[in-house]
Parts: sequence; structure tokens; C-alpha cells
Amino acid sequence: MTVPDKIALSGVKKLRSGQLALNGVTLSIVAGSFVAIVGRSGSGKTTLLKTINGLVMPDEGWIRLDGMDIRGRPPTELRRRIGYVFQEVGLFPHMTVAENIWLVPGLLGTPNTQRDDRIAELLTLVALSPDLAARYPRALSGGQAQRVGFARALAARPAVMLMDEPFGALDPVTRDELGRAYRTLHDQLGLTSLLVTHDMAEALLLADRVILLDAGQVRADITPAEMMADTDNSAVRAMIEIPRKQAERLIALQRQA
Amino acid sequence: MPEFHAVIRELPALLQAHLLISGCAVLIAIAIGLPLAIWAADNARIRGPLLAVIGLFQTIPGLALLALFYPMLLLLDSVTPLAIPALGFAPALLALSVYALLPIVRNGVAAIRGIDPALVEAANGLGMTRGQRLRLVELPLGAPVILAGIRTATVWTIGTATLATTIGQPSLGNLIFSGLQTEDWQRVLIGCAASACLAIIADGLLALLESGLARRSALRVRIGIGLIAAGLAVALTPMSGAAGGQRMVVIGAKNFSEQYILAAALQSRLEAAGFRTERRDDLGSAIAYRALAAGDIDAYVDYSGTLWTNVLGRRDIPPAPRMLAELTATLARRDHVKLLGALGFENAYAFAMRRSRAEALGIRSLDDLATAAPRLRFASDLEFLNRPEWKSVEDHYDLRFLEQRSYSPTFMYRAIAGGSADVLSAFSSDGRIASLDLVTLSDPRGALPSYQAVLLLSPRAARDRRLVAALSPLVGAVSIERMRRANLMVDRDVDKKTPQEAARWLLPKAVEPQKQIARKGQ
Repeated sequence: MTVPDKIALSGVKKLRSGQLALNGVTLSIVAGSFVAIVGRSGSGKTTLLKTINGLVMPDEGWIRLDGMDIRGRPPTELRRRIGYVFQEVGLFPHMTVAENIWLVPGLLGTPNTQRDDRIAELLTLVALSPDLAARYPRALSGGQAQRVGFARALAARPAVMLMDEPFGALDPVTRDELGRAYRTLHDQLGLTSLLVTHDMAEALLLADRVILLDAGQVRADITPAEMMADTDNSAVRAMIEIPRKQAERLIALQRQA
Repeated sequence: MPEFHAVIRELPALLQAHLLISGCAVLIAIAIGLPLAIWAADNARIRGPLLAVIGLFQTIPGLALLALFYPMLLLLDSVTPLAIPALGFAPALLALSVYALLPIVRNGVAAIRGIDPALVEAANGLGMTRGQRLRLVELPLGAPVILAGIRTATVWTIGTATLATTIGQPSLGNLIFSGLQTEDWQRVLIGCAASACLAIIADGLLALLESGLARRSALRVRIGIGLIAAGLAVALTPMSGAAGGQRMVVIGAKNFSEQYILAAALQSRLEAAGFRTERRDDLGSAIAYRALAAGDIDAYVDYSGTLWTNVLGRRDIPPAPRMLAELTATLARRDHVKLLGALGFENAYAFAMRRSRAEALGIRSLDDLATAAPRLRFASDLEFLNRPEWKSVEDHYDLRFLEQRSYSPTFMYRAIAGGSADVLSAFSSDGRIASLDLVTLSDPRGALPSYQAVLLLSPRAARDRRLVAALSPLVGAVSIERMRRANLMVDRDVDKKTPQEAARWLLPKAVEPQKQIARKGQ
């Protein structure tokens, strides 16, 4: 028997304001994989991600986590076991960094005796000083805030991480730094990661597997290397074209210099 | 000049009553308004209609809203087994709570809907339940806006609570209303200033709490909550002498000097007989009788013509003795109210003019007035034009004035003294008739019923022999001349007396002859 699927979707459809945001998506994702979901705006990437933690309920089809239908338990319980990071970060301004990080363990009833050590550990994990624990989010830079966002998502030791454009609002240097830092964490902690991004280069460089969505349907589900090689699929070509051309021009510039 | 100290002595009890009613009303409005706001914030379909309905309540004038709750509670009392008091604290509390709802609900909805959508998404994504999101995110973040709504509601309520006086709930309005009636500006000013101070202090404390929440300063929050709690605790502390085993006899009064004087007279008679008494002043004419029949007040003085038309709904105008006999029988049979007897004077509606003007125009009777009316301006009190008596006069004499205006009684007399009105609807016992040199016009067609002052007792008071014995000597003991003089003492601008002083002047001689009769009767 092969490795069991961590996450499985079958025939998932979702109607949103008269249009099919998801039109029959079937996927299986094995534990430990790093999957990037790409596509144009409105292709259904975010909707797909949110069906996995029950923020969006599909009209048709089913979703399983560890082989169990996610509708079998309260969505709040499901979400506490899945890390969730998104572009706007969403740190609560009336809570300190430590209080933000300890939210999910607190909701799960984790004893407070482990609190300070775990918070320091998590801050170190995302390359922040443990001294930041007492600060309020307004005193953090954008990059620091999103690192805290990751620490908060990881606090209850989830096996699955859902990320919706987590680096989208960051400057290119921070974005690259944080992206690579997360990839290291992914490997180190043995996570199963799903990353929604519109940045093809980010998807290709971080993920093991790239899923291309178009009008709510999966148009490609291949490795980054296969993606670079696949010139027959017009949808893939359109997505790849821009970063490839940019790379070629940059290399040409470098040669001239 | 009435003593400043007398007002100051009344102030603590009124302040406390005012604080209690306002505080309770705001707390109830918060208890109802916040859940409503949370519900409305989540539910777009009910949000619009709910805010519209609450906004509608707000457009009802405060006085009308307070008065509307009275019949509503009477109805509730009659259809449910609960003993719901229809006068005083309960209706005032309900009306003020309804009034305070709007800013609390509106700000509550704005506070919750104003939360950054990213934070709502984070709360949901982390796995908070609806209740956890509310408790951990929406309420703490919305607290400053919610509190701003509570502040507005508190200031409104403290201001509006002065109107509670009119439905028998003591408040700082007692000073304002009675001061306005007797032109005792010191009372009015002290009442207004005290209510304004209370509002400013409450607003300041809530502002402290609000800034504490906004800056997340635990110290400010604690000081704010502590002081507010202390204020409410003061409101709830029983005043010395207020508590006690013996039941209070509640004396009612409508909103004019004569009523205050007579109520004070009833009080002093009862207190002399060992009863403990309490006052409900400034009752609307329609409310007073129903309050008596319902037992919310125990005794007050009303006028036969008023009862005849308003309570019995009669349109005919019988001679005075027959009216009195029928009233006594009908009220006893229908409502178990005891009409103890007539005090001895009439306070009838009469049309009055300045003597010089009446003589110049040759007006002596309502017939003469009807001819001249199209050139004359008529000043009435606030209720006269809506009363059946006015309809009756219109029907009998076909009166058509150049202009009709309603005034509160005090300003009505100002209008005729100042020449901006020619004719007014006077009360025959009013001291100002003599002092302003007015003449009352005769009523040859018998359009106006007689208005003998009569002493009414609630069903329960009527069964109390000792109480009846204490008040019986007042029957037939107050002549029109003495009543006019007592009224003038309170209404005049110089050497003003308080209603209590006027009552003391009115009483000793007034009850002298009756005392002997009462003794003989015992």
C-alpha cells in the first residue's frame, strides 16, 4: 500500500454569486508535500484553500483530512488543528505578540505552564527575538508581523498549513527571506503545506508540486521541473512565460555587464 | 422669598431618586441593547427594520412616551396575575430604557461591523466559535465605540429623567416642574443645575472608562468602573427614614400651585394623625384619577366637572348638587373610589379679561364675548382646547377667535398682563384674577359645568377609618376667598411662599369649625 493521503478532495464544486468558483476539483495530497496553488485572480485558488479548513463549505463533493470527512466534526475544532496564514496577517491589535501566539493553544485548553517556553521557542523558530513577546502588533514591521503570523499558526503544532498569499504584502527581500525560512521549517517540522500565490517564481522555487487552477478547474498538477518543460499545455505556458522571459532578460543583462 | 435651605434639604433625596432611575434605565438598555446590536450586526435582514423601530421610539416626545407607558402597564396589570405598579418607578424606568436603546444599539452595530474584516477572518481561521470571536475580538475592539453609545444614552437619560416626575416618579424634575408652576426660579435653576451636574459627572466617568479602554490602561478602567459602581451604590442606599415597616400614604397632585397646596394640606393632616406620607406630584389630569383607582396613589383633590366629563364621559351639564351626588355614587360603584366630599370652593373654567378691556368692549357675558371674539386673541392653558368643556362653549356660543394659543398657566397670565392676549381660560380660584384685576364672564347658557374641588380616596384608603377620619374635617372647610389668597401667596412674584407655608396658612382656621363636627360624629 502506498502512503495514505493527508488531504483528499473529490468532485468539489462551489457556487459563488452565480458562478462556479470551484468546478469539480479532485486532488490528493500526501503527507509532507509542499503544494503551490497558482492561477489568475478569480480562478478559485483561495476558495479551494478555504474548503480544506471549512471556511468555505462546498456545494458538492467531499473533503477528507487523514481519511475522515471534514464535515464529521465541528469546523472550529478542525481549524484549530490546521495552521492558517494569510496576506493581511490579522494579528489582534489589542493583544500582545505572546497573546496572539498563544490563542489556539489557549482555545485548545493547553496548560499555561508551557506558555512562556513555547512562545520563546516559536519566536526563535521564525527567527524573531523572544523579547518581542511583550510587544503589541503596532510596534512590529510588516515582515516581523507575518513571522508572528506564522508562529501563531504553528503554535498548536498543526500537521497541515494553509497559506493564502502569506508573502504578498512584503517587500521582495523580506518575501524571499521569509519564503526560504518557511521552506526550511516545512522540512524540519514535517509539515504538509498548501501555498496559494500569484507569484509563479515563488511557487516554482518553494513547492514540490504546482497546481494550476483556471475557472475553478485543475488545468495542471505537476512538479516545478515538469512545468518548466511542459510547452504543450497553453495554460501552463501562459503562466510560465512571464517569469521565464524576465529571467532570460536578467541573465542577458548580466552577460552584458 | 422661599428659603434656599428648603430646596437644598429636598435635593439629596431627589438626586438619589434621579440617579437610581437613570442608572437602572441605562443598565436595562445595555442589557437589552447589546444583545440586540450583536444580533443585528450578524443579520443584515433584521438590521434595517430593527434600527428603524428603535429610531421611531426616539422620535416620540419624552413626555408622551412616559405617559403612554402608563395605560400599557395598567393593561398588563389587568391581564396578568402579576401586581404591576402602573405609576412611578416602573413606567418611568421602561420609558427611559426604551429611550436609551437607540445610541446603544446603533453604536453596538457600528462597533461590531466596524471590525477589520482581516481580524474576523483570522478569528475564524484560528478556530474561534462565534461566542469566542465576540468575547475575545469584537467586544474588546469595539468597546470604545460601544462605550461612546452608552455615554450618549446616559447623558440623554439623565436629562429625560426629569420628565419622570409627571408620571409620579420623583426626580430632579420635581424641582423644575413645581418651580415653573409657582415661578420659583430658584427651584428651577437648582433642579436644572443638579441634573446638568449629574450628567456631566456621569459623562466624565464614562469618558475616563472609554479612554482607559482605548489606551488599554487598566488603571483608568478600574478607577472609572470603581467610581461608577460607587455612584450606583449611593443611589441604592436607603435614605435615613425612607425605609420602614409602615405603609406610606401616597398623596397625588396635578401640576399647579393649588394642587401642591392642597396636597401639602392633606399631608400635614395625615402626618398629624400619625401616618407616613409620600407625594406624587405633577400628574397629568388623565393619569391622576386612573392612578387613584388603581391604588398607585391614595388621595388627591380633583374637580367635579373634570371627573364628570373625563372619567364618566358625560356630556350633559347638571346642577352642581346633582353632579356631586351622581359622581359619588358612580365612582364608588364602578371603581370603589370614595368621594369624601367637596372642599367648599370651585375651581371652574371661566373666561376672563382685563377689567379695562372688558368694560371698553362692553363684554360681561359669554354671549357678549361671542360677538366680539373675531377681533380678540384667546390664550388657553395646554389642555383646555382639547377638553369637552371647550366644545360645549363652542357649541353654545359659537365662539370664533381671531387667534388661539396654548400656554402653560403661568405664561398664559403673562400673555394677558402683557397685552398679547385679550381673553384667557382662567380658573375661578386663581389668585391672579384679583391681583391682575381680571373679570370673569358669566355663562348665561350654562355651557360650563361646575368644578367643585372634591377629595378622592383610593379603594384601600377608603377602607382605612383612621385615614378617613383624619381627612374628613377638610370637607367644606376651604372657601373660595381663602383658596384664592393661598394660591396667590405661592404664585405672586414678591414675598413668595412655598406650597407648604401656604397650606399651613390655609389649614388651622379652615379646619376649626369642622373639628367640632368631626368630634361630634365620632
